[in-house]
Amino acid sequence: MPPVLQLKGITKAFPGVLANDHIDLELNEGEIHCLLGENGAGKTTLMNILYGLYKPDAGEIYVRGQKAEIENPNDAIQRGIGMVHQHFMLVPVMTVTENVMLGVEEKRNGVFLDRAKVAARIREISHDYGLEVDPDAYIKDLPVGIQQRVEIIKVLYRQADILILDEPTAVLTPQEVEGLFKILRSLVAKGKSLIFITHKLKEVMALADRITVLRLGRTVGTVTPSEVTPERLASMMVGREVNLTVSKKPPKVGDVALEVKDLYVEDERHQVAVRGLSLDVRAGEVLGIAGVQGNGQTQLVYALTGLAPVLSGEIRILGKPVRKPTPRKILELGVGHVPEDRQRHGLILSFPIHDNMVLCTYYQAPFARGINLQEKVIVANAETLAKQFDVRTPNVFVPASSLSGGNQQKVIVAREFSRPIKLLIASQPTRGLDVGSIEYIHSRIIEKRDEGAAVLVVSSELDEILALSDRIAVMYRGQIVDIVPAAQASKEYLGLLMAGISPADAAKSVAPVAAGEVERVF
Amino acid sequence: MSAKEKTEKTETRPKSEKNRSQAFWQSLLVPVLAVFTGLVLGGIVIAATDKGVAAAFGNFSANPVGIFPAIWKAVATAYGALFYGSLGSPREIIEGLRVYRSSGDMALLLKAIYPFTESLVTATPYIFAGLAVALGFRCGLFNIGAEGQFFMGALGSAFVGYSLIGLPWFIHLPLAILGGAVAGAVWGAIPGYLKAKFGAHEVVNTIMMNWIAFRLSDWLLTGPMKASGFRPVTPTIQRAAELPRFFPDPLRFNWGFILALLVAWLVYWFLFKTTLGFEIRAVGANPDGAKYAGMSVTRNFVLVMTLSGALAGLAGASQVLGVDHWVGQGFSAGYGFDSIALALLGKSHPLGVVLSALLFGVLRSGATRMQSLAGIPIDIISIIQGLVIIFVAAPAIIRWIFRIRVSEQETVLTRGWGK
Ligand SMILES: Nc1ncnc2c1ncn2[C@@H]1O[C@H](COP(=O)(O)OP(=O)(O)OP(=O)(O)O)[C@@H](O)[C@H]1O
Ligand SMILES: [Mg+2]
Repeated sequence: MPPVLQLKGITKAFPGVLANDHIDLELNEGEIHCLLGENGAGKTTLMNILYGLYKPDAGEIYVRGQKAEIENPNDAIQRGIGMVHQHFMLVPVMTVTENVMLGVEEKRNGVFLDRAKVAARIREISHDYGLEVDPDAYIKDLPVGIQQRVEIIKVLYRQADILILDEPTAVLTPQEVEGLFKILRSLVAKGKSLIFITHKLKEVMALADRITVLRLGRTVGTVTPSEVTPERLASMMVGREVNLTVSKKPPKVGDVALEVKDLYVEDERHQVAVRGLSLDVRAGEVLGIAGVQGNGQTQLVYALTGLAPVLSGEIRILGKPVRKPTPRKILELGVGHVPEDRQRHGLILSFPIHDNMVLCTYYQAPFARGINLQEKVIVANAETLAKQFDVRTPNVFVPASSLSGGNQQKVIVAREFSRPIKLLIASQPTRGLDVGSIEYIHSRIIEKRDEGAAVLVVSSELDEILALSDRIAVMYRGQIVDIVPAAQASKEYLGLLMAGISPADAAKSVAPVAAGEVERVF
Repeated sequence: MSAKEKTEKTETRPKSEKNRSQAFWQSLLVPVLAVFTGLVLGGIVIAATDKGVAAAFGNFSANPVGIFPAIWKAVATAYGALFYGSLGSPREIIEGLRVYRSSGDMALLLKAIYPFTESLVTATPYIFAGLAVALGFRCGLFNIGAEGQFFMGALGSAFVGYSLIGLPWFIHLPLAILGGAVAGAVWGAIPGYLKAKFGAHEVVNTIMMNWIAFRLSDWLLTGPMKASGFRPVTPTIQRAAELPRFFPDPLRFNWGFILALLVAWLVYWFLFKTTLGFEIRAVGANPDGAKYAGMSVTRNFVLVMTLSGALAGLAGASQVLGVDHWVGQGFSAGYGFDSIALALLGKSHPLGVVLSALLFGVLRSGATRMQSLAGIPIDIISIIQGLVIIFVAAPAIIRWIFRIRVSEQETVLTRGWGK
């Protein structure tokens, strides 16, 4: 039997970049095929070609042995190919049902939209594959994990049997990832074939039947999990040895740089999301906030950075009380912020890279003299930073939107880290980054800490928290339930706290601190 | 060649600069084709409503080929008159130049360039008002109130122009211009403030402000600002407040046009070369991102609506001080509304606005001539303008007609995480 899908010699150039360079890929029926590669290796581009969003410069696509001309997504859908994009494509102000039926509207009497019928079908799909969602909920009210389910349902509703999932786990909590894996396994059990893109080697090892690694737009090789180790995969991707552990010296702790007392913050729907939270971060240490996403971490960071108003409570930054914080006030105190949602807050996507590199400092010397922007300085600054932080781009004049997801993040990190900051607030700093970039960004965070900056890291990735932090605070339902020293913290104990078990109960079943020093592998 | 090598090769400056100029020409493609298509479709409308063409159709069975000359005649007459009426005839201009050279008599030359200067006169308020709307667009604001701001600007500058007496021109003229700008600015600032403070949508409020401006001007023109006499018009402004004209009457071409070009350059500089413009564009492109970066979204809304109002006010001022010298009812003739279309056509870029304003000036001032020479109603120009705008607003149509492939850089497939 021929493979369900064959890509042969796919080539695609963008101005200044060869994104795909004669790529071959085969997908068998009932297979989970993982696509691995650095940021900017060309994974998304390849999948966009397969889905008919881009036209390849060269190469052929065969679906079930038949040569396929895929000119647009409709052609792809007709051939049973469905795609869940790296960045979701849902209409926030519409319901789940409406989003699912968008483009394939079901009609009653030829005129009226038959929402009920679609909703029923959604329930059926939900039931068959364990994809729980409420068909009548509005997208904007749903957490990302559920939004992703909607994306998958959308694809299944269109009866796809080849599913492309572009970094589906980047935005998910560990629990949601578990749930997703279950769903994916039930999909292949029912004969669907999957292409799965991720940067997380553990996931690859756990899920893949076969793995294809891309580097700089070319296929490096195809292997099975049993043939390789995560270390081997990492070096295949990056082309050099990658250190998967974070090595750091013991912290040299200084004064309290961030002090939060009894903080209350509302979310956008005016629900209290942070309730009476207190914490402090000292210069020279990393405090990691662990927790399942949606427990108020986002609002905590918004309040600390002036993006959301504080209901009550006190924030002191570098000893100064911050009343009515605005982003600019906080920024000028020497705070760097790597925001959780890089495309909503972190970048102006339509602006060129050089403008994004000075997004927070454009009005200061040397980037401005009076009100005059110093274009030459701004461009030179961006060129230096792009080189220093290894942003892969043909030049700094292209809009940020044309960068791969990982490289967009590097632009933000470069911008925030290049300022003289005394407090760094980083939310999901390595979301969607490849192992090489994670290694790099982690080492820069530790470097900032060693320079004496206080660092607050929020991540739903427990491994990341464990690798970076000196102390770990677990956040649950808007409060810090416990703070433990990271070096000996037991992962099981943290996991229980994150799941809402009280510290006392959790301590009964596992010891809060492990017996000895634990090796932290990311 | 590997991707890496390729990346390095293209990292040099000249290439990127080349890309930029290429992008510039590409951005002109759609508007130019839109104008062209608009004129072609306008030609079809002209032919369809032409009596000669209708007659030829009536005669279709006897002489089927006869409709083509008829169509050609109708369209050529109309567009011939349009462009003769707006640009003048090259032959007459050369002749005029020759006479001027040999005898020093300018009369013939002035007559020959009259149509073209009239087009520039019409383009002048278009430039100001187009800049006003474009500036709003850049900040994500839809200023439909340019018409009202235009009115207020006209009244403001007229008031300063006639009420102050005995000032030297170098004081009076700037004051009168300022009067127009300030009046327009106030009219723009109010909806800007309402948006910033209460989140009231600027589209609704600028429309309301238009109606207030219309009624207010009715009252002012029949009451406090009325000149003696029967007609509801303001007194004529002082000589010292007039924008000087370049040629003797009846040529009305004046310094307002130069001022407009200067202001366009100023707006360009402001938007693209200053920190304030950087903020405005950031707020327009991504308000959340702008807020993250420490910019005040609401402050920029107020600032931009104020400046936008001031620019629309200048449009009114230029018309009063340079052309009419007084204000009457129905004074604006829709400059403010046309300017929305114009800003769209110019892609909210000052240079684009200037070019579109020139085009609108040519169409508008040629239309009168077309009406008198070829008997084509002025409304045809509105139809052409409307078509052009549709094509600019829905570039997919133009791309489809002319089979232009969308450059992939334009299709942004990225969105916020879970947004
Ligand atoms: N629309 C575009 N215009 C110009 N260049 C592009 C465009 N899309 C992608 N690129 C470039 O092509 C290369 C491959 O990008 P792609 O998005 O496929 O990477 P990726 O492997 O998906 O990376 P990531 O893991 O960061 O998502 C990058 O260098 C990127 O800058
Ligand atoms: Mg990608």
